[in-house]
Amino acid sequence: MSKIVDYNAYPDAHGRFGNYGGSYVAETLMAPLAELTEAYLRLRDDPAFIAELDRDLKHYVGRPSPIYHAERLSQHVGGARILFKREDLNHTGAHKINNTVGQALVARNMGKTRIIAETGAGQHGVASATVAARLGLKCVVYMGAVDIERQKINVYRMKLLGAEVVPVTSGSKTLKDALNEAMRDWVTNVADTFYIIGTVAGPHPYPLMVRDFNAIVGREARAQMLEQYGRLPDVLTACVGGGSNAIGLFHAFLNDADVRIVGAEAAGEGIATGHHAASLAAGRPGVLHGNRTYVLCDDNGQITETHSVSAGLDYPGVGPEHAFLKDAGRADYVGITDDEALAAFHLLARTEGILAALESSHAVAQAIKLAREYPKDGIVLCNLSGRGDKDVHTIAAREGVEV
Amino acid sequence: MSRIDRRFAALKAAGRTGLIPFVTAGDPSPQHMVALMHALVDAGADLIELGVPFSDPMADGPVIQHASERAIAKGVGLADVLDWVAAFRQRDADTPIVLMGYLNPVEIHGYARFAQEAVQAGVDGVLLVDCPLEESAVLQPLRDAGLQQILLAAPTTEPSRMAQLCGSAEGFLYYVSFAGITGAAHLSTGDIASRVADIRAHAKAPVAVGFGIRDAASAQAIAGFADAVVIGSALVERLAGATDAAEIATRAQAFLAPIRTALDTPLARH
Repeated sequence: MSKIVDYNAYPDAHGRFGNYGGSYVAETLMAPLAELTEAYLRLRDDPAFIAELDRDLKHYVGRPSPIYHAERLSQHVGGARILFKREDLNHTGAHKINNTVGQALVARNMGKTRIIAETGAGQHGVASATVAARLGLKCVVYMGAVDIERQKINVYRMKLLGAEVVPVTSGSKTLKDALNEAMRDWVTNVADTFYIIGTVAGPHPYPLMVRDFNAIVGREARAQMLEQYGRLPDVLTACVGGGSNAIGLFHAFLNDADVRIVGAEAAGEGIATGHHAASLAAGRPGVLHGNRTYVLCDDNGQITETHSVSAGLDYPGVGPEHAFLKDAGRADYVGITDDEALAAFHLLARTEGILAALESSHAVAQAIKLAREYPKDGIVLCNLSGRGDKDVHTIAAREGVEV
Repeated sequence: MSRIDRRFAALKAAGRTGLIPFVTAGDPSPQHMVALMHALVDAGADLIELGVPFSDPMADGPVIQHASERAIAKGVGLADVLDWVAAFRQRDADTPIVLMGYLNPVEIHGYARFAQEAVQAGVDGVLLVDCPLEESAVLQPLRDAGLQQILLAAPTTEPSRMAQLCGSAEGFLYYVSFAGITGAAHLSTGDIASRVADIRAHAKAPVAVGFGIRDAASAQAIAGFADAVVIGSALVERLAGATDAAEIATRAQAFLAPIRTALDTPLARH
């Protein structure tokens, strides 16, 4: 691929990031997607919409989130300074709310009265149920039966917020199947329903729209770095399932050629075992959920079942912009195993008093590895994308502790 | 003239409405797939839509999802589907076959390789549900090899886009009778009739109507204004669980025969 001079020029009008992205959907959805694209492109430049979104992000979500120098963790590791962008401090406990607040405003502007969403770990489901409750919209969340079992707290949170949680029992009963089912609902109820996709995947304009709503993470972090440290970080890292928190952090830095970018995928029990969810590190280009991207599939093109200790990373595809960044050589994507993520979870808890989400613990593990590569005055900026309260039962069960 | 075009021309000349059954390749039984295809023809099929199983069938309802899951569990892949078509062609050189499915299995197989193998096996067309016109540049090797790309039109399709689809349609245009997934049942014949009349006025290609047609009565209602009807989920549901060739053929015959009869005795034309 030729040298890319401006990463802000992507996607093109068809939603393509180089060879990736696009709109691979059934004909019935082409018109609703065109309508959504038109509405979103109009709203993203509308001063009234921008002002309302900014107000919500400040007063409801609690932005800006701080960047925090984890001194004891950094000392313990003995390398560069590790800084966290504290998305775990947002309302509802993760970056997901940045996107749902934005999409809910788009939905209301389009006159839609019903919100649907898919969820894996439940964070996006909770964030969707939250904004639906706030705007008085009906909310239905599709969630794989397997994920419902391992994320009971979030299921209950969604119900408390007034959402209906629909268990998905087809396929592998996880996030990918929840996405299929939400898409089926949308195609059936397009007239009154707005589908809030929770990650930077799906057909155009979702990878663009979800990125834009999460890009506030990187914009804030970049400004905070310059203001507080007078420089940009040496390297960024974030966990990558679908990739929304990662693209959120990365995007504002893509044109800063000196800032290295590393995404941490879920290597599960190890990439060699086949039990993982590392689409970029171990997959191949294919078409899934409305876009061309890297997917995990067999030689018959069947999407394979993935494994990760964290439900939110348990996805066999990845946002097309990450596929593009990988091929362009702008970002590297590496695997972090379940065990490495859990070790990082505990280390962070004991050194900094922060319980990170299992998803985010993958990024923490990667940040620790990266810190060892840089001198003490180096800076690793890691997106701490969510808090770990939802995961305590999973961790206890895995470690044989009765809660 | 392609096999699909010849078949629709013959139907038109005879004043008949085409019957297009859909079955999921490998379901209910991979061993008896070729026998099932012949049984469909014996029961009155004019064209066969063969579903290529995919793990993530976003546009399909539970019946076809489960049929796909059963076929995948038995190891059915694109190569098997092509083998069955080739075996079917040894006895039937006339009935057109359209492979219906999703893009990823074809993408992973390789477009050029698939095109060559499909034509060699005797496939006539492809309907790739998640490959709309805008993304169909990747299918150029298929077109070059002589496979016709069957396009979908939907109730949500805007007029300007419909004109584009009508202009690009090859083989036949597949009108999705309602906004939803396969196998759902809320057919509104009046709305469909006016949409299909509009499409037929603009498209050179014949128009087949599918989604939601389950029996002789619903097929007959559609037959008044469509060139062909597609029946999938109801047939797949009827075949599910059949284990031997005789039972599969009996069920296919019992399901399709009344529909064939109904299509051949249409209600008063609109």
